Amino acid sequence: MAAPGQLIQLIESFVSLSRSPSQQAASLDTIASLVKNDVLTMKGLVREMEMYLTATDNVIRARGILLLGEVLLSLPSKPLDNTTIHSLMEFFTDRLADWKALRGALVGCLALMRRKSTAGMVTSSDAKAAAHCFLQDLQVQSLGQHDRKLCFELLECLLERYPSAVAPLGDELIYGICEAIDAEKDPQCLMLTFHIVELLVRLFPDPSGPLASFVGDLFEILGCYFPIHFTHPKGEDLDIKRDDLARALMSALSSTPLFEPFAIPLLLEKLSSSLPFAKVDSLMYLNSCTLKYGAERMEKHAEAIWLSIKDAIYTSLQGPALSSTSEYLDSLGFQENEIAREALALLQQVIMQNNGLFLGFIIKDEDVNMILNTVTHYERYNDIPSQGKLKLHAVGCILSISTKSSITSCNRVFESFFPRLMEILGLSVRNSSGVHSPNDNHLLSKRLNFGVLYLCVELLSAHRDLIAGSKEIASQYVSAFETCYCMLQSYSTSLTKAFCSTLATTPHDAHIHFGVKGLQILATFPGDVSPIPISEFEKILITFMSIISVNFSETLKWKLALKALVNIGSFIDRYHESEKVSSYMGLVVEKIVSLVSLDDLTMPFPLKLEAISGIGTSGLNYMLNIVQGLEEAIYANVSEVYVHGNLKSAEITVRLLECYSNKVLPWIHDNGGNEGVLLRFPVNIWNQIESSVDFSVQVQEKELLDAMMTAMRHAVAFCTEESQNKIIQKAYSILSLSTSFPLKEFTSLTIPFQLDWRQLTQRIDNLSHRDEWILLLFASVVIAVRPQTHIPNVKGILYLFMTTLLKGYLPAGQALGSMVNKMGTKSSGSEISSDCTLEEALDIIFQMKLWNQIHSLCSGMANGSEMGDTDLCPSVANNRLHQIHAIAGLSWIGKGLLLRGHEKIRDVTKIFLDFLPSNNRMDALPLKHHSLENSFEHDLHPSVMKSAADAFRILMSDSEVCLNREFHAIIRPLYKQRFFSTMMPILQHLIMKNDSSFSRSMLYRAFAHIISDTPLIAILSEAKLLPILLDCLSMLNKDIQDKHSLYRLLLVLSGILTDKNGQKAAIENARLVVNCLTGLIAYPHKMLVRETAIQCLVAMSELPHARIYPMRIQVLRAISKALDDPKSAVRREAVRCRQAWASLA
Amino acid sequence: MTLGLINANPVVHAKKERVARTEDLHGDDAVDPLEIYDFVRDIRDPEHPYSLEQLSVLSEESITVDDKLGRILITFTPTIQHCSMATVIGLCLRVKLKHYFPPHYKVDIKVSPGSHANEESVNKQLNDKERVAAALENPNLRQLVDECLYSNDL
Repeated sequence: MAAPGQLIQLIESFVSLSRSPSQQAASLDTIASLVKNDVLTMKGLVREMEMYLTATDNVIRARGILLLGEVLLSLPSKPLDNTTIHSLMEFFTDRLADWKALRGALVGCLALMRRKSTAGMVTSSDAKAAAHCFLQDLQVQSLGQHDRKLCFELLECLLERYPSAVAPLGDELIYGICEAIDAEKDPQCLMLTFHIVELLVRLFPDPSGPLASFVGDLFEILGCYFPIHFTHPKGEDLDIKRDDLARALMSALSSTPLFEPFAIPLLLEKLSSSLPFAKVDSLMYLNSCTLKYGAERMEKHAEAIWLSIKDAIYTSLQGPALSSTSEYLDSLGFQENEIAREALALLQQVIMQNNGLFLGFIIKDEDVNMILNTVTHYERYNDIPSQGKLKLHAVGCILSISTKSSITSCNRVFESFFPRLMEILGLSVRNSSGVHSPNDNHLLSKRLNFGVLYLCVELLSAHRDLIAGSKEIASQYVSAFETCYCMLQSYSTSLTKAFCSTLATTPHDAHIHFGVKGLQILATFPGDVSPIPISEFEKILITFMSIISVNFSETLKWKLALKALVNIGSFIDRYHESEKVSSYMGLVVEKIVSLVSLDDLTMPFPLKLEAISGIGTSGLNYMLNIVQGLEEAIYANVSEVYVHGNLKSAEITVRLLECYSNKVLPWIHDNGGNEGVLLRFPVNIWNQIESSVDFSVQVQEKELLDAMMTAMRHAVAFCTEESQNKIIQKAYSILSLSTSFPLKEFTSLTIPFQLDWRQLTQRIDNLSHRDEWILLLFASVVIAVRPQTHIPNVKGILYLFMTTLLKGYLPAGQALGSMVNKMGTKSSGSEISSDCTLEEALDIIFQMKLWNQIHSLCSGMANGSEMGDTDLCPSVANNRLHQIHAIAGLSWIGKGLLLRGHEKIRDVTKIFLDFLPSNNRMDALPLKHHSLENSFEHDLHPSVMKSAADAFRILMSDSEVCLNREFHAIIRPLYKQRFFSTMMPILQHLIMKNDSSFSRSMLYRAFAHIISDTPLIAILSEAKLLPILLDCLSMLNKDIQDKHSLYRLLLVLSGILTDKNGQKAAIENARLVVNCLTGLIAYPHKMLVRETAIQCLVAMSELPHARIYPMRIQVLRAISKALDDPKSAVRREAVRCRQAWASLA
Repeated sequence: MTLGLINANPVVHAKKERVARTEDLHGDDAVDPLEIYDFVRDIRDPEHPYSLEQLSVLSEESITVDDKLGRILITFTPTIQHCSMATVIGLCLRVKLKHYFPPHYKVDIKVSPGSHANEESVNKQLNDKERVAAALENPNLRQLVDECLYSNDL
């Protein structure tokens, strides 16, 4: 039990106004926790607080009551007995009359009333007493915002939780609420008042009950808020938006049909307002009210509503959209807008509610009929005046929505309009024998009228949507032989014919668009309700296919036809219509596959590929067929290349492979995949290589090999582990058959092995083309496999890749990187001799010392037990090349290690750093070694050092070829940040110690590569790097070849300058930054560098005035040159920059 | 001292949309009228809180450039014939171009023929180096020009 004195102190600190709010909150928390932990009972607290609760000083009493209320509020689940609750409730209810201490009473009442029954609830008689007191004593609108909010919450709580207690209050309650909510303006309170009205209406559902006499008053209070005009600035009332208020008001207004006589006229009146949001709101509210008020009440407003809807649609449609695609033709060039959308939604709602009435209006409507009468003048799209287009589009929308609403409305629309349209088109009913009357052909020779074509297609499309949308409708539709069904069926043949002939004859885009659309719609009715027989369906497919294969020069038509075919394909696939699927397969898929395999040169090859990959995406089954065709084409062309060295086939194969790996493979993978297909391609490619022993690729088809490798990588990457195992086994068997690769011998090597190894490598010196292909494709497979996949003879392959790496086969290095990235750390348990763990593999790699093998040999310097062997030492230039290759390969290995966060990455970076000259190492060595080391340094050619510095770029940058997520690399999060923070101190130290300009420049290169790829957030925390970064920029400034690195680094600088933390560092180094940037303003090789440098200077001008003012003259002088830049973008930035700096004065 | 505004009720036109140019990454972009127009269209009118573009004092067509000879000719149209602000507007144009354009261009500024009562004297005044320099020494005039150039109330 807390000492009474302490409690008094706590109470005192809450009540006293001199304490800070945080102190008051703390004392409240302490008291609440005392009560919660049963150290203090509620009764005890009240007794202790007696003098505060009854004090005559208004402030003390108010604070005291508030404390009690707040304590209750923070203990909602503390069980309290009924007497306590009753007496507390009585107290608070009583205090509601005490307007000077009101807040506490409201908080207390609210806290008690919101309690759950498990913790003790307020009885309903107490609630009623509270409500009574509330209605009698409180003048809500004279209170402040927060108190009003509490009042409304209290009302809301009463209505929601104690409806039976407050209902008997009847008129008094309704009147009180009207009075309380009248003229409320605060958005938070308004949300509550709208909800209160909703609850109140629910409480008195009886139309002749007590609410009836107050409906007018209530509506008057609510109605004046419509439409919600919300001008509160942003930042205030963060959680409430205009939409929330509008929605709350909408549910209040539509809560009872009693509002109908008031609400509908108001809404219709506001619909004619010129404010767009008022229109949108009115339409939405009408929609909601229609639903709630019921058909009977709405009937008398029907005509007015129809006229308003029509008006809203006509006036809201806006001028032509500035779009060049054919999509805009769908809506005749009118932009989709919110008002029209809401109006159409409302139309659909009212039609669904009162079918006959509204359709009657539409059918009898003057405007609609007028359009039908004048439509004959609209022969061509371009001839129609914009006003006519608008009306046509509006009628199209209205008819389309009414057709979509229900099957009966669809019937009526068809009955009233379809025959007329057909008549204008000059189409006749299909006669029973299926033979057309002779005048059919005559009629079709003349062009279809555009206006009618448009309306026709709109009707058909709405009809199709209605039927395809729901199964029930479709079944009812057929069994009942609905009018629209019969009608459509009787005209379908001639319609198909008409659309086809439109496509064949007209050169107009709009005609073509709707012709294609019409055919597409006819072909996409669900099977059992399709108005056209299968033969017509096939005719449509044939028409489209002939466009695809013949009319490829008409881009729009070709694209639309392809899209329609894709659409039809995916539709019939989705509805499992086996009959149609088989004709689609035969007519479309097989035809398109044959197109690719044919040596038909009339159709451009890229278009063929676009068509084939497009059609494939319409369904998995089609895709599987297409893949097969595509693969066969690839195999045929590849063997052509292998055997005859045919250049033409090589080019085609490259295209095919690109299509295969960029479009087809990802689609198959995304759509469920099919293991068989994914596996088939790589295995077949390997088979093909295996079978073609005399590989007569005369020409070095680098491009073909690249495309093949890419396809191989992607195909393997998508496979499961099991299939990958199969592929790699296959590939390995072919690899080991080749005599150039001494895999077996490699396996038997033991450490130390240098001499044997070198002899073995000589065999690799002259690889045949075939062996080259085998090697590189094998590397591609290794790059793409999953970590779990078992690679056979790992040691042998490691040796092989390391050897070939030195010959300049970069993929070998990438494959090595992938291997070390994915290798398991401990033996997987299998007892195969070649199986090795990551540690063993790394031992092998590091003991081979590829990178200074040759170097050490040539310099004749003994490295450990190494012997000089001049026989093996090629010319110096060759040696240098080897070193560069070794470094590149090592950097990929390093990347593999870096990604998985392996500690050996330290050793790799150390090797790179050793290649970068640093004289501090010399300092550290005893004098004796000095000359030796010097010769070592001397021996390193600058290009080798440069490649060592560039190795850091490979380490840090993301590669598309290997070691990424697609190729299942193990990637540790934040590896870049980690590497950055380990490398930076080392590089900084080296740069500091080094004073030869060349070696410094190399270190700067490495630094630049690392920092350009590090996320900015990591760099910002290292403020002291800025000076080095600036030195880097000045260094890279010198060589034209470094322009891309320079730009990337400059982007880092601009990132720093625009960040708050970065700016602090920039302030310290302001002069250096400005010097560097002014140097870059005139950078001649890259426009983006100049532009970014100037933008950086603009950012600099935001720094504190005192710091940058001294540089003003310098900057202005430099900028004045940029004003004369050959590029206008740079000039524009220069003007901005000049303005910014000139106004510093 | 004139009392009240010279043109109390000018016609205000809509601002034209700024066209984003298609970036040509190769080759140099010559200075064209649009670029100069972009510099000067936002200069504020000395009398009204509208830009010269909005008051239709300037248009893209009123600027001609000869990039080879390095000559720029700007012809502007004062809103009314006896506008005493014409010289101030001309001065603003000259100052802005002096600051933001390479100095090797020779800039001629004229009022469009027939648009001003004292056309000749205004033209002479605006293209006289010494008189321009002298005008800019006048602190009142200088302040007015700076306000027009750097004002933010557009």
